Amino acid sequence: MFKSTLTAAWRFIEDRTGASQVVGPMLKHIVPANARWWYVFGSATLSCFIMQVLTGIGLALAYIPSGGEAFQSLQYITQQAPLGSVLRGMHFFGASAMVLLAAMHMAQVYLHATYKYPREMNWMSGVVLLLFTLAMGFTGQLLRWDANGVWSAVVGAEQAARAPLVGPFIAHAILAGDNIGGATLTRFYVLHVFIFPAFIIAGVVVHMGLILRNGVSEMPKPGQPVVPATYKRDYEARLQKTGVPFWPTSIWRDAVFSLAVVAAIIVCAIVFGPPVLDKPPDPTTLNVNPAPDWYFLFYFAILSMLPANLETWVILGGPLVVILGLLALPLLSNKGERAPSRRPWAVATVVVAVTALVVLTVYGAQSPWSPQFGARPLAEQVPTSTGADGPGARVFFDKGCIYCHDIAGDGGHRGPDLTRVGDRLSADQLILRINNGGHNMPAFAGRITHDELAALVAFLKSRRSGTPSGQPGRSDLALTLPPAERR
Amino acid sequence: MHVKVEQVSVNGTPCPGAEITRRRLFTRISWAAAGAIGAMAGIPVLGFVLAPLVRPAPSRWRPVGSVDTFPIGQTVKVDFSDPSPLPWSGITARTAAWLRRVGENEFIAFSINCRHLGCPVRWVEGAKLFMCPCHGGVYYEDGSVAAGPPPEPLARYAVRVNAGQVEIETSPIPLTTFKS
Repeated sequence: MFKSTLTAAWRFIEDRTGASQVVGPMLKHIVPANARWWYVFGSATLSCFIMQVLTGIGLALAYIPSGGEAFQSLQYITQQAPLGSVLRGMHFFGASAMVLLAAMHMAQVYLHATYKYPREMNWMSGVVLLLFTLAMGFTGQLLRWDANGVWSAVVGAEQAARAPLVGPFIAHAILAGDNIGGATLTRFYVLHVFIFPAFIIAGVVVHMGLILRNGVSEMPKPGQPVVPATYKRDYEARLQKTGVPFWPTSIWRDAVFSLAVVAAIIVCAIVFGPPVLDKPPDPTTLNVNPAPDWYFLFYFAILSMLPANLETWVILGGPLVVILGLLALPLLSNKGERAPSRRPWAVATVVVAVTALVVLTVYGAQSPWSPQFGARPLAEQVPTSTGADGPGARVFFDKGCIYCHDIAGDGGHRGPDLTRVGDRLSADQLILRINNGGHNMPAFAGRITHDELAALVAFLKSRRSGTPSGQPGRSDLALTLPPAERR
Repeated sequence: MHVKVEQVSVNGTPCPGAEITRRRLFTRISWAAAGAIGAMAGIPVLGFVLAPLVRPAPSRWRPVGSVDTFPIGQTVKVDFSDPSPLPWSGITARTAAWLRRVGENEFIAFSINCRHLGCPVRWVEGAKLFMCPCHGGVYYEDGSVAAGPPPEPLARYAVRVNAGQVEIETSPIPLTTFKS
């Protein structure tokens, strides 16, 4: 009875809408039989996006996009709302997975040269989708609206300000005024919640429409180059012979992989939890260490390493060149071999790009160029018998030397490690360096007294090899400055 | 959309193949209507979004403390409020400056924003340096660049002494702009 009612209802809908005639051919379109596990990354990216929409809607129910209250609403979501912490965690790990899977999808498509004729625009729409995904990552990090979020907005505006002519205008548009304030957050909220998702949804529709139009590519075969004049005919002929329906012969792999991805995201959300909120978004709190989420650490690292005279060019031109290059790729090479074994440069490109991104990301996470404000006085690190509690070690800490110089495993890494500096430099050389600075070191002449300098040099001279943790020799501790250096 | 001016006739003689057909007219009406709808809906939206950007920024003198609370030679952080905070700005309406008393009535107020990419610099009293946590920019106590990537010295606020109070004139976040 119940079943027959359902059947009747379905018949009515089917008759009036023709739903299965629209959806059926899409689902059952013929795909190459060898499109196996290599092809699951794109659909998994889409699964992540759908999960981001769902968790995002959930978060938006409690999040207040107000400069003054967003932080408290996030604290509420994280600490009090039932399942709020898990939801935030899912949204964060979902974003990470989406970026990662989109990158893997892109690498696979590039390695298999799927972007060649007739799928040039599949690739281009994918590049646009990747850019919007990264834009979602940046705005999403900012919506956390803690101290890090506030300074991310400033850093974003400062980068935009480098653009010729329109720079300051864009910067003011990003900040929604001259300064961080109540209107700044709302900007990013609207971009993150309305505008970018709308573009992503439209992009996904285009991307998938193009898949249906141009067909799923076959696995590349060495010696079977893409010839635009005959490709479509040959592809159709091969598909007729060996193709299988996408539903259900092919889709189950996508479903299983997506299941694994979503399960991993939820496990991460429960086990690791959402990213910890930084300090409140108070622009007068200056003891902060702004840094981007992991997917922009590579860029963070690049920005720290650039010579100042190249910087504006790289900030403006770098992303532009990369984006235009990616968009232009299928236009520059849309025929010929697809197999990675016949395209060694493509393989090399992926290897180099992945290595560079990983190295830069690790480097960005360590950020050795940043002063290590968390360093403690050496006396707390090194046994006091080594002179680390002496006046020189005290000066080393008080003058901030330790923020940039490491001694025996504690301190910053901006400047050289000074654990064994006594072996390398004489007292005179040390005095010269400290007074004059150079090589990215501030000059300390005038900001260090004669006695402090003498103590510091004595301490540094005592940092030698052969003495574990730089055990000082007695004569070094007694070292005094040559008369010429007395001032 | 592009509309060519069609000549229907020259001196009363019809030009063959150049007359406006009914279809072409309908096409033009549709495009024109769509354009008008877009303009009518779009102009107020764009105006609303862009208006705050072209409005001149107001500035205010904000008191940050009485003169005698600042020892000569010391650099301290002072907090003050934006010129026209929104009611829901909360703590984001606040901003800070590094204030140094140079002489009896002479003060320098440095912007807290690193000139590299805008991160907040901190004053390290022992070293008498401003240090930026983001990319390692360092400035001397007069705001000039000591090390790292900043292309310019720290920006300064206008500062004055008014009736025993130190006052800072609010100003926009300093932007490092394009220089070829």
